[in-house]
This record gives sequence, C-alpha cells and structure tokens, in this order.
Amino acid sequence: MSLVDTKPLIGHVEEVGDRVALADYESGGGYGGARRALTQMSPEEVIDLVKDSGLKGRGGAGFPTGMKWNFAKGEPLTPGPKYLVCNADEMEPGTFKDRYLMEYNPHILIEGMIIGAFAIQAEIAYIFLRGEYHEPYDQLMKAIGEAKDNGYLGTSVFGTDFDLDLRVHLSGGRYICGEETALLNALEGKRAQPRSKPPFPPASGAWGRPTIVNNVETFCNVPAILRNGAQWYQALGLTEDAGTKLYGVSGRVNKPGLWELPMGTTIREIVDVHAEGMRDGYKLRGLLPGGASTDFLVEEHFDLAMDYATIQSAGSRMGTGTMILMDDSICPVDMCRNLEHFFAQESCGFCTPCREGIPWVESLLTDIENGKGQPGDLEILDQHAAYIGGPSNTFCLHAPGAMEPLQSALKYFREDFEQHIKLSRCPYKSRTKSPAKID
Amino acid sequence: MSESELVSALSVEEIAEIEEEISHLPDRESAAIDALMIVQRHRGWVSDESLYSLAQLLEMSSAELDSIATFYNLIYRQPVGRHVVMVCDSVSCYVMGADQLATQVQDTLGIKFGETTEDGRFTLLPIVCLGACDRAPTIMVDKDLIGPVDASSLQHVFAGYE
Repeated sequence: MSLVDTKPLIGHVEEVGDRVALADYESGGGYGGARRALTQMSPEEVIDLVKDSGLKGRGGAGFPTGMKWNFAKGEPLTPGPKYLVCNADEMEPGTFKDRYLMEYNPHILIEGMIIGAFAIQAEIAYIFLRGEYHEPYDQLMKAIGEAKDNGYLGTSVFGTDFDLDLRVHLSGGRYICGEETALLNALEGKRAQPRSKPPFPPASGAWGRPTIVNNVETFCNVPAILRNGAQWYQALGLTEDAGTKLYGVSGRVNKPGLWELPMGTTIREIVDVHAEGMRDGYKLRGLLPGGASTDFLVEEHFDLAMDYATIQSAGSRMGTGTMILMDDSICPVDMCRNLEHFFAQESCGFCTPCREGIPWVESLLTDIENGKGQPGDLEILDQHAAYIGGPSNTFCLHAPGAMEPLQSALKYFREDFEQHIKLSRCPYKSRTKSPAKID
Repeated sequence: MSESELVSALSVEEIAEIEEEISHLPDRESAAIDALMIVQRHRGWVSDESLYSLAQLLEMSSAELDSIATFYNLIYRQPVGRHVVMVCDSVSCYVMGADQLATQVQDTLGIKFGETTEDGRFTLLPIVCLGACDRAPTIMVDKDLIGPVDASSLQHVFAGYE
C-alpha cells in the first residue's frame, strides 16, 4: 500500500521528499481520476459520487461539495458560460495549508478542478491566487503549462469533446477577497465588496453567470475520490466526517507544521504528538482551532476530535483546521487587540457595524491593554460582540467572524480582562505603567 | 489639460499585455486590476498619468479606476523604493514576537512603516498573514519570503538587496 492511499493530499510529497513533478504524480495514479470522470462517467455521476463521498468544503464553512456542485448542474437558464473558481486567496491568519498544496503538489489541484469543471460543465476556470504567493504562482503556471502540453487542459481534454481553459488571477490583496462574492467582484476587476445574497453564486456568480467557488484543499480531495470511490474516502475519517484533513499548528510548540491526518484526529494528538508539544517553559492556555475568525478553545476541549460537528458543538468552528496556540506568556487582551486590528483594517467598509464597530472594539481593547480601561468596558465589549457578531446585521460574515475570538476570550479569559482594568496595567508586561489618568 | 487630451502614458509593451488580458474577459473594465498590476510591474507604482491613460484604454472613468486602485493594498499609488519590505503583523507572527521584530526592522532600516529610505532603496510596509505561520515571525522582501526571522540577522538579510 502506498502513502497516497492513506494520505491522498500530500502522500505523494512525502514519498518523493520534494515537489511532486508531473511524472511522479502520474506514476502514483495522478490524472487517473480526471481521465475516468471524463471518459467513463456522466457529469451527474461525478456529482453523485462526490456527494456520496461526504466531502465537505475545506475553506472553513464545511458545506457539502457535491451538493454545491449540484446547484450548478445542467443547462443554464440563459445561454452563456458557467465558471468554476478556485479560492486560493489564503489569507485567514494562521492558515498555511493551501500554499503548501500549490507549491508541492500543484497537479492535484489542477486535476481536481478538471473534474469539478466537467461535473458542472464549465468551460472556463479560474484560480484566484493571493498576490503575495509568488512561489505557488510559479509552480502553478509551470504545472498548467505541462497539463496543457499533455492534453489535460485546453481543447478536447483527454481526447473528449470537453474543453477547459484554466487561468490564474493574481490578486491585488485584501483579506475580504476570500469571501466568495467579494472574490467574484475582484475577479470582475471591481472593488472586492461582498454582494448581497441571494442570489448565490451557483445561480448568479462571475459576470452574472452560474459559478461554483471551492477552496484549494477541497479540489485536492476530489481526484482520489474518483480513483478509489466514495466508500474508501468515507473510511479514511475517524468520526462522522469523511476523508483526511491538513491540520496545522503555529505558536510556541517544538515543531510547528502541517500534517495530513484522518479527519477527526484529536486536538491533543495534533499538538502533543505531531507538533511535539509545547516548548520548555510554556504552557498551553487556549487556541484558535481554525484561523483568526474562530472561537477560542481551552483545556477542557483539548481531547475533542477536530471535525466540523464536534468543534461546532464546543462553540467554535474547525475553520481551516490550522490552529493558533496561545501560551501562558501571551496576554489574551493584547492578542484580541492584535486580532481586532486585523479585522478592522480588512473590513471592506461597506456595512456600518463592521466599518465603525470593529475599530471601536480595537480602540477599547488598546485602552484596556494600556491600562486605561474603565469599569463597564467589558460590558460594552460584550454588547458589541453580540451586535457586530449578530446574524444579518452585515452582508457577509467578516464582522461575525471578527467577534468569534473576542466573545470567547471574554468568556474564558475574563479574569485577565478584569485584572487589566483593576490594576490599570497589563499584568503580562514586566514594566509597570503609571495608572495615573490625566482626564 | 483635460483627461481626454492626454496622449497615452503607457508603453507599447504595457498596452499589449493589457490587451491580452482583455481578450480573455467579457468586457474591457474587467481587466482593471490586471491592468493596474501590469503597469506596476513595469514602473514600480501607478502614477496619476498612468491611471488616466489606463482609464481611457479600459473605457471607464478614472475616478472609478482610482477607487479600485486604492482599495487593494498591493497596488501602489505612491512611488516605492527599489525593494519593498513587508513585515507580517497577524496573529501567528504576533505570538512569536512580531511586535518586537517590527520595532527592530524599523530601527535597522531607519524608517517607519509607510516610509521609504532617503536613498530610495527600501520601502517598509506592514502585511497581513503571509501563509507561512510554521515559520513565524516572517517578513517578505520583494518576492522572497523569509522566516523565522532572527532580529540579529536583519542587517545581513537587507544587505542582499541593493
């Protein structure tokens, strides 16, 4: 049995010990899934297989991939193209999985997109790549060129009557481009402001045409499902969720990194075994399980399985599955200030609660951190977290995402916040700040 | 001089690259971001003159094009130095000491964020998560991702960029 059978995403990379070249990729069965889909199956059969596999979106929301594709199947209502888009705008702080896939195994993304495009019958596909990803860009362009030369892209893919033009759009920046309708506006050359929904992209997406947007890792799961079937894929997961997952750890551990593990591996195993535990002298206090916009988890949660349902039942989200660790040297108030600075800066500015509310929260946190907190500030933060993070107050989920780490920090680390206000200084800073207030 | 009287400030090469992008798109305006980034690749930044000419080429208003250009942080509407240094200030790098690193980078280059050295060699900017959190703290100099960055090595790192 080869590593590719248990680690369909990066088993190839581990076997080769380097970037997977086209010849290596094909010798491990690469492009066999796409060939099978295009030459032996109907688009509906491909969608049904992906549905049966239980694959859920790996960008953070966990929406079932087959069901999403199903929304765009068949003939469009009006004549014209359909689009398939890969969201490769990896910008969720703490997330570094899509970069690795594109740099080390670019052909698996291309193959997944060929299968997706065939399933929804899109003739044009885009990879929306963040502008700072220079190395992934070079690897993708090289791989796309090779795929074209071999007849896997362009006209008559695998000798069939299916044509596919795959293009890379290099982004001009901004976190909000990762929101799928903002991404589509950016793809159309506009400001990346999220659109009001409905309509959703499968009905009206890029240039008003039916469009499916999936994350890089999601597409990378598809080729092996086509080769090995839905049952094999289901069996890879340890819990109800199917397949494997690229889990990552950043922070003060002995070995920060990224590992492909069965879906549902516990947090403790990921941190203690794969990341080899905390560095000497540091204790783990809490973590953001899947990027900056997920709620903190603490000690009582560390034995939970990292899958969609389990982490959600603990009040957070698995998100991107790349966790950020907060050790006991880090001030939770200051960490929230850092997070809210990011979200305030990256708001597109369209909806008032997001544009005005998050900077207000950031400034309140900065005051508390600098010893200028007032009694009542925590209640104001609670109110803001509830209102800004509330459902349907904004077009997109940027503001609710921004409030997830804050509301959970206020819950789990409330004593730290209270201490700042009581002492008029940050207890984590060795130097004592003057508590005197002039006004 | 009104906008419509301007002779195009764009080069033949820039126009050819932009027209190639347009040929793959449903309309000319859709190439706005690609076009801005093409001009920036050739000139380092997007000047008012370039922007007016681009707006003419794309058949859109220069005000609208500027609203797009100023939305995106990787499109520069001011001149930048020969090398752009970006320091990640997002949460994983923060946990690994990005705030201290930011101070050290400013001290080493002798400029603050948003400034360019007097010799025009470096421009310093903050950047959000560079997607290399296992190598935190990270910086990016032009197209080079560097991490984990040890403050004592900064002089040596910058020496590689004339």
